Amino acid sequence: MSTAMTTGRAPGTRAYLQLGIIWALLLTVPAWLPMLGGYTAIAGRVLVFALAAMSFNMLLGFTGVMSFGHAAYFGLGAYGAGLTLKYVAASTPLAILAGTLLGGIAGTLFGLLLVRRRGVYFAMVTIAFGQVCFYIAYKWDSFTGGYDGLRGFLRAPIDLGFTKIDIAGNETLFYFFVLLVFGLAVGLQALILASPFGRTLLAIRENERRARFLGLPVERHIWLSFSISCFFTALAGTLYALLNNFADPLGLNYVMSGNIVMITVMGGMRTFWGPLVGAVLFVMLQDYVSSMTTNWMFFVGTVFVAVVLFFPRGLMGMLQKRSGA
Amino acid sequence: MTDRIRLTTRRRTFLAATAAVGGLQLSSPFIIKARGETPVKIGFIDPITGSLSALAVSEVESAKWTVAQMNKKGGILGRPVELLIEDSANDTGTGVQKAHKLIERDKVDMIMGDVNSGIAYAIMGVTSDKKVFHIVPGGHTDPITGKDCKWNTFRTCNTTAMDAAAVTGELVKRFGKKWFFITPDYAYGQTLQANFVKNLTALGGTWQGDMLPIANTDFSATLIKAKAFKPDVLLNNMGGAAQINCMKQFVQFGMNKEMALGGALFEIESIRSVPKEAQTGWWTMEWYWNQPNVPHVKEFVDAISPAIGGRKPTARHWMAYVSLHAARLAAEKAKSLDAVKMAHALAGLELPPEVALMPGKIQYRAGDHQLMSDIFVGQVHPPGPGGPDDLFTIEATVPGEKAAGPAEATGCKISWPS
Amino acid sequence: MLQLVLFNLTNGLIVGAFYVLMALGLSLIINLSNVVNFAHGNFLAIGGYIAYTLTPYLGFWGALLVSPFLTAIFGFAIEKLMIRHVYARNHIYSLLLTFGLGFILQDACRYIWGPSPLPLGIPDVLSLPLTPDLFFVTWYRVFMVVVVVVAVGGLFALLRYTRVGMRIRAGTLDLDTVSALGVNVAALRSYNFAVGSFLAGLAGVLAAGQIGLNPNMGDDLIMPSFIAIIVGGVGSLTGTLLGGLLIGVAAALTTVFYPAGAEAVIYIIMAIVLLVRPRGLLGEEGMLT
Repeated sequence: MSTAMTTGRAPGTRAYLQLGIIWALLLTVPAWLPMLGGYTAIAGRVLVFALAAMSFNMLLGFTGVMSFGHAAYFGLGAYGAGLTLKYVAASTPLAILAGTLLGGIAGTLFGLLLVRRRGVYFAMVTIAFGQVCFYIAYKWDSFTGGYDGLRGFLRAPIDLGFTKIDIAGNETLFYFFVLLVFGLAVGLQALILASPFGRTLLAIRENERRARFLGLPVERHIWLSFSISCFFTALAGTLYALLNNFADPLGLNYVMSGNIVMITVMGGMRTFWGPLVGAVLFVMLQDYVSSMTTNWMFFVGTVFVAVVLFFPRGLMGMLQKRSGA
Repeated sequence: MTDRIRLTTRRRTFLAATAAVGGLQLSSPFIIKARGETPVKIGFIDPITGSLSALAVSEVESAKWTVAQMNKKGGILGRPVELLIEDSANDTGTGVQKAHKLIERDKVDMIMGDVNSGIAYAIMGVTSDKKVFHIVPGGHTDPITGKDCKWNTFRTCNTTAMDAAAVTGELVKRFGKKWFFITPDYAYGQTLQANFVKNLTALGGTWQGDMLPIANTDFSATLIKAKAFKPDVLLNNMGGAAQINCMKQFVQFGMNKEMALGGALFEIESIRSVPKEAQTGWWTMEWYWNQPNVPHVKEFVDAISPAIGGRKPTARHWMAYVSLHAARLAAEKAKSLDAVKMAHALAGLELPPEVALMPGKIQYRAGDHQLMSDIFVGQVHPPGPGGPDDLFTIEATVPGEKAAGPAEATGCKISWPS
Repeated sequence: MLQLVLFNLTNGLIVGAFYVLMALGLSLIINLSNVVNFAHGNFLAIGGYIAYTLTPYLGFWGALLVSPFLTAIFGFAIEKLMIRHVYARNHIYSLLLTFGLGFILQDACRYIWGPSPLPLGIPDVLSLPLTPDLFFVTWYRVFMVVVVVVAVGGLFALLRYTRVGMRIRAGTLDLDTVSALGVNVAALRSYNFAVGSFLAGLAGVLAAGQIGLNPNMGDDLIMPSFIAIIVGGVGSLTGTLLGGLLIGVAAALTTVFYPAGAEAVIYIIMAIVLLVRPRGLLGEEGMLT
C-alpha cells in the first residue's frame, strides 16, 4: 500500500481511504478525545510534533540523510515566534512567518557547511550545531530569557477584518487553527515530494552513487532538502511556542532532536503519514507514563530500544508490509 | 470518613502490567483519595526527575503526608482531598503540558508547583489564563510575586531578595564589607547577586565577582581570582551540584582559613550530600526542624518523620505543608473553592501557629501575595549531637517583612478579574 | 595577570586531560564501529557509581582499579545484547538505540543510588594542595593527570603492540579487508567496545572524586567529548587527544577574561574548525562516508 505521496503515482483507493480516515479523525478530535481521557491541548501537541517529525522525515525518509539536530530549527522557530510577539507586534501570522524564516534560514546556511559530510560525522556535526543554538538561547539572558525560557507573550486572536477568531482564549478554536496550518504544510510537503525534485531525492536515497553518475547535482539537492526540511520544522516550532505561550532552551536541546527522530522511526520513516502515527504514540506514552511512575525515563528508553531492535520499520511500515505492497 | 489509598482500576492494571514488564518498583500511588463525596482535587506539579529531583521529592512526600493527615481531619470544606501529582521533569514544556492536563482533563480545583522557578513562572501563565487558584511552594525567582505577580498566585518560599537581605546584615556585622561573589549566570543568580550588591553597597561595602555557567564543575580559575582579591566573605550563589563542588574546592584550596563563606540558600538536601569538610558557612534556612521554643514544631517533626524515611523534615517539606494548609484555610474562610474568593480570603490571612511552625505571625501579604515568613540565618556544620540531620545552628531570626521591604517596592500591582 | 594566565593554563591542561579520557573511549567506538554512543556519559556515571558502592569494601584505590573493569564487562554485555544488531543498519538506529539506552541507564542510576548527589570519598592525602603557592593544584588533580597519561599511554601501546590492537587499527582504516583476511570482526568490535567502556568507567571514577556523583552527571560531559572529537577529526585518536586538550585550555583561559563564556568558547572553536578545516584538525578526508 504505497501512497500517492511517496511515489507520485496516481493514488489508489486505499490511499484515498487512508487519507479520509486520517482527516476524519483529526477533524473530530474535540468530539472524541475527552471521552478517551484526553484533552485538547494534548491534541495540539501531537500535531506540532507530527509536523516536526514529518518535516524531518522529508530528509531522513525521503532523501536518506539523517540529522540528529533538528531541535535547533524547531527551537529557533519557537523563539522567532515568541520574540516577535513579545517585542514586535501581537500578530500571530507575523509570529509564524518570522519564526519559520529564522529557523529555516539558519538551517539553510548551516546546510552549506554540512552537505559534503556523510554518515556518522554528519550526525555529530548536526548535534553539535544544535547545541550551539541551545547554548545561545540559554546564555543570551536579556533577550531570550536564558535558562528560564522566554515568557511574557501570548498568542493573539486572528483578525480577519470582518471578524476575529479567538484562538487565544478558546482551546478548541486554537486546535483547529493548528490543524489548518498542519494541513497546509503537509499538503505542500506532499506536493514537493511528488514533484520531479522529490523523485530526485528518492533517487539519491536509493543510490547516491548512481544519482551522481547520472549527473544529478547531489550536494545541491541534499542542501535544498535539508533547507526545506528546516523551514517546515521551524514552522512546527512556531506552533509549539503558540501552544505553550513560551519558548524554552530545552526545545533546542539534543534530547528534543532525539524525540523527533524517535517519533519518525516509531511511526515509520519510509511512509508519509508514519510520523503522525509516531507522534500520537509518543505523546500519549510520555503523557501517561510520566503521570504513572517517576521511572518514566526507564519505560520511554525501553520503548526506544525495543523499537530499534524489534520494530525498525515503525508501525506504518509494518502495516504496509503486512498488506503486501 | 475513612482514609484509603487507592488507585483507579485502569491505573492499577496499568501499573501491574508495567511493573511486571519493567521489574521495577513503582513509586507509591499517585492518587491519594478519601472515600465519600466529590473530592477537592489539588494538582501538584514538581520536577521529580531531573537535577532538582531531591528537592521535589521532599515536597512531594510531604504533600502526600499532609493530604493524608488532612483527610483524617475532615479534608477541605468537609470534602475529601485528592492529590494529583505530575512530574514536570524539570522541563518547562512538560510542566505547562501537565498544567493543561490537570486543569482541562482532571478539572482540578487548584494547582501547586514548581520547584524550578522558570517552570513555576510558565505554569502561572496557564493558571491565570484559566483562572485557577495557584500556590508556588518553592520557586524563588522574584517576579512571581514582583513585577509579574498575579491575583491567583501565592508563594510560600522566600524571594531571592528576602534571602539576600536577611543574610547580608549578619555577614557584614560578623566578618566585614569586602565581598567576592560566585554566581550562576541566569536570571535567578543575577537577581540574587543584584540584591546582595544593593544591600552591601547600602552598608558601604565593596565587591568583585564572577558569573559562571549554571552547571559549572571546575571553580579553580575563579577561586584563584577570589583569593587574590582577599575578601572578607566569599558568597557562593551556585545551586545544586555546582554549589557543592564550589564548596569542596574552596575547602580543598585551604581558603576557608582566610575568609568566611556564605550565601543565600544551602538546603538540607544539598548539605546531606557534601563531604563533612564542606558542611560549613553562613546561610539562610527558610525553615528548620529544630526550633525548641516554637510550639507545634516538634509535633510536626515527630509526626511526619516516620512517613519520610525517619529523617527530619526540611524546608521543602514545610513549604508543601504550609501551601496545602493555606489552601485549606483559604477555602474555609471563603466557604468556597472559587478561585477569586479563595484568593481574596488568603490575602492577608494570618496563618495559625500549627500551620506556620515559626516564631512570628506570618501571612501571605495582600500587596504581593508573598508569604512573610521568618528567615533563619545561621551556620552549617557537620552532623551534631542531634543526629544526622543536625546540620544547622540558628544564629539570628529575621522577620520576613523586614527582609522583604514594602510590597509596593517589589513592582507588583495585583489586578483582579472584573 | 601573567601568573593568573599560567595558573589557568595548567588548570586547562588538567581539565583537558579529563575530556581526552572521556572522548577517547567514544572516539574508539566511532572509529571501528561507526556508532556514536550517546550513552557514553551514562557509562561514565555507572563507573563512578560502581566505585561508590565498592569503596566501603575495597577503599578508593581498590575501587579505582576494579570499577573500570566492571564497566568494561557491562559495556561488553550491552554490545553483545543490543548494539551489534544495528551495525549493518542506517546510523539513525544506533543513535536512537544508545539514546534510549542512556535514558534507561540514567533512570537505573537514579533508582539504585537515589536522585541526590553523592560524594565519592577520596584519600585525605589527595585532597591536599601541592604547596601553599600552588594552592589550586591539589594532589588529586595531579593524580588525575597521571592516571590519564598512563591510560592514554596504555591505550596507544595496546593499539600498537598487541594483536587485538593492531586489528582494531587496521579495522578502523579498512574493515572489509580486515574481515576478508579472516579476522572475526564481530568479536573485534565487542572487545573494542569494552575498551571504550573501560575508559568511560575510569573517567567516571576520576570525575566522581572531583565533582561527586549524580544520575545526570554524564549529560554535562558528553558534549565536550563530542566537540573534542569533531575538532580533532573523526577517525584520528591523536586528533581526539589534541582536541580535548585544546578545548580544555581554551575554556580555562576564557575563564580568566570572561568567565560566563567558558562554555561558549568550545562551541566557537568547533565552528571555526568546521569552517576552515571541515574534516577536523587531524581527520582524514573521506573517512566514514
